[in-house]
Amino acid sequence: MEQYDIVIIGGGPAGLAAAIGAKEEGIDNIIILERENCLGGILGQCIHNGFGLHTFKEELTGPEYADRYIQKVIDLKIPYKLNTMVLNMDSDKNITAVNELDGSLEIKAKAVILAMGCRERPRGAINIPGSRCAGIYTAGVAQKYVNIDGYMPGKEVVILGSGDIGLIMARRMTLEGAKVRAVVELMPYSGGLKRNIVQCLDDFGIPLLLSHTITNIYGKDRLEGVMIAKVDENLLPIKESEEYIPCDTLLLSVGLIPENELSGKANVQLSSVTGGPEVNESFQTNVDGIFACGNVLHVHDLVDFVSEESLSAGKSAAKYVKGQMYENRIEIMAESGVRYTVPKYVNLDIIDKNLNIRFRVGNVYRDNYVSIYFDEERVIHLRKRILTPGEMETVKLSNALLKQHPACKRVTVKVEGE
Amino acid sequence: MTEKREIICIGCPIGCMLEVSMEYNEVEVVKGYSCIKGKNYALKECTNPTRIVTSSVKVINGELNVVSVKTESDIPKDKIADCIRELRGLEVEAPVKSGDIIIKGVAGTTCNIIATKSIEKVL
Repeated sequence: MEQYDIVIIGGGPAGLAAAIGAKEEGIDNIIILERENCLGGILGQCIHNGFGLHTFKEELTGPEYADRYIQKVIDLKIPYKLNTMVLNMDSDKNITAVNELDGSLEIKAKAVILAMGCRERPRGAINIPGSRCAGIYTAGVAQKYVNIDGYMPGKEVVILGSGDIGLIMARRMTLEGAKVRAVVELMPYSGGLKRNIVQCLDDFGIPLLLSHTITNIYGKDRLEGVMIAKVDENLLPIKESEEYIPCDTLLLSVGLIPENELSGKANVQLSSVTGGPEVNESFQTNVDGIFACGNVLHVHDLVDFVSEESLSAGKSAAKYVKGQMYENRIEIMAESGVRYTVPKYVNLDIIDKNLNIRFRVGNVYRDNYVSIYFDEERVIHLRKRILTPGEMETVKLSNALLKQHPACKRVTVKVEGE
Repeated sequence: MTEKREIICIGCPIGCMLEVSMEYNEVEVVKGYSCIKGKNYALKECTNPTRIVTSSVKVINGELNVVSVKTESDIPKDKIADCIRELRGLEVEAPVKSGDIIIKGVAGTTCNIIATKSIEKVL
C-alpha cells in the first residue's frame, strides 16, 4: 500500500494545474496518475492556436500551452506515473491502479482530485439510423489520427455538429487535402465560437447547414454517403427536404460528457445536467476530501478557465490535508434560463477572495440581464447583449459583497428580461 | 467604384454583421458594428486579412510520426494555400525541439514555420 497526501487522477490541463496549486500551498507528497504515455492530455492533439489568451496574454497552440504547465510540474519536482490506469476508488480514498512497471497498485490518499476530463458523445448516443459501416468517427478521434498518428481518416467528409472540435476538424481535414462537403447542425445556431466559424469554415468556403440533420447513413463496408434534411421548429426532419451527399467519412462533433465512471464508484454525487460532480466553492464533492476540476466537473470552452479553476481546487485540497474542513452550507439555485451553476453549494464564511459562479444558459437570449439574488434581494444585475448555450458565463462576486450578507440562506442565479 | 462587402465580426459572441463599403481597395464606411473592436476588425479584414497557420509535418525516427508546426506570426490570408503546399511532403529528422525552425521564410514571406512540440528520437 502506497500512501500519498494528494492523488490527482488525470495529467491533462486540470490535473497539471491542480498539482501546481497543491504544491504551492505546501503539500509535497503528491502524485499524478495519467493513463496516456505523456502529460498534457488532449492539448497534445489540439495543434491549432488560440490557447492561453487569458492566462499568458498570447496565442499559443495546444502543445505549447501544455508545455508551460508540464515544465512547471517538472520544475516543482511533482511526481507522476504515466501509462497508469486507475481502475477503482472508494469513498475512503483507497485507489487501485495498474501499469506495466508496478503491476497492480494499492494507494491510500488523504485527498483525491478528480481531473479525468471528458469524452465525446458517440454515434450510439444520438440514434442516427443507417448502416454500421467504417468511416464514421468522433471528431476528436479523427483529430488524433491526423495530428498525432499522421494519417488521414478519409477524403470526402461530412461533419455532424458545429461544436468547436467539428469546426477545427473541418479546417484541418481541408488543409490535409480532404474535401469537406458540409457541416450539418441540428440547432438554428452554432455551438462553436464565432472566430472558428469565420476562420475554419468561411475561409475555406465550407457550408454550415443550420437546422439540418442526418437522417440516414449508407454504405456496406465503407461509408458511401449520408442523407441530410432540414428540421422543423420541433427539430424533427422534414421528409421533402431530404438531400443525398456522397462522402467516405462522417465526423461527429455532437457534445462532450464528463468522464465520471470512477466518481460513481466512490459515491460522488453527479449533476443530472452537467454529468459532473456537484461541488462547493472549494471544489469539494459530497465526499469529504474528494475534489473535482476541469472538464470532469463541467465542459469548458477555454482551457484558460480549466487551469484557473484547477489551481484553486488544488489549493483547496492542500488546505483539507492540513485540517481545513468544507461543508455545503447553502445551495445556489439555477433558475429561468440558467441550466446549472458551478459551484452548486457555497459556504460564504470561508471565501477569502472573490467567488466565481460559472454557468450556462439553455437558449439564445438577446439584451437580457443576468441576476443574482441573495435570498429575496437582487445583488447583481448585469446587462448582457447576448447569452448563448455555447458560451460559458462567469459572474464574480466580490468578497465585500459576500461579507454584507452573512445570514444569507439561498443564492439564486437567473436570466431576466429586465 | 464602390464595392460592398458583408462580414461577421469575430470580436465577441454577438457576431455583428458588418457592412463595409470599399472604394479602390480602401475602406470608406463600416456599418453595423456595436463597439470599436468591430470597426477595427472590418478595417483589417477588408484591407489586410491575416491568419496564423497551424499544421503538421512528417518526422523520421521520432517517437511520433508527425510534429505540429505553426507560422511564427500571422501571414496574409491569400498565402495560406502556398504555405500548406510547401509543408506537404516535407519530412524532418528527429529529434525536434519546440521552437525549431522547420521552414525559413514560408510562401515568399519573412515568416518562419516553427515546431510547436518536441519529438524525441527513437532508435
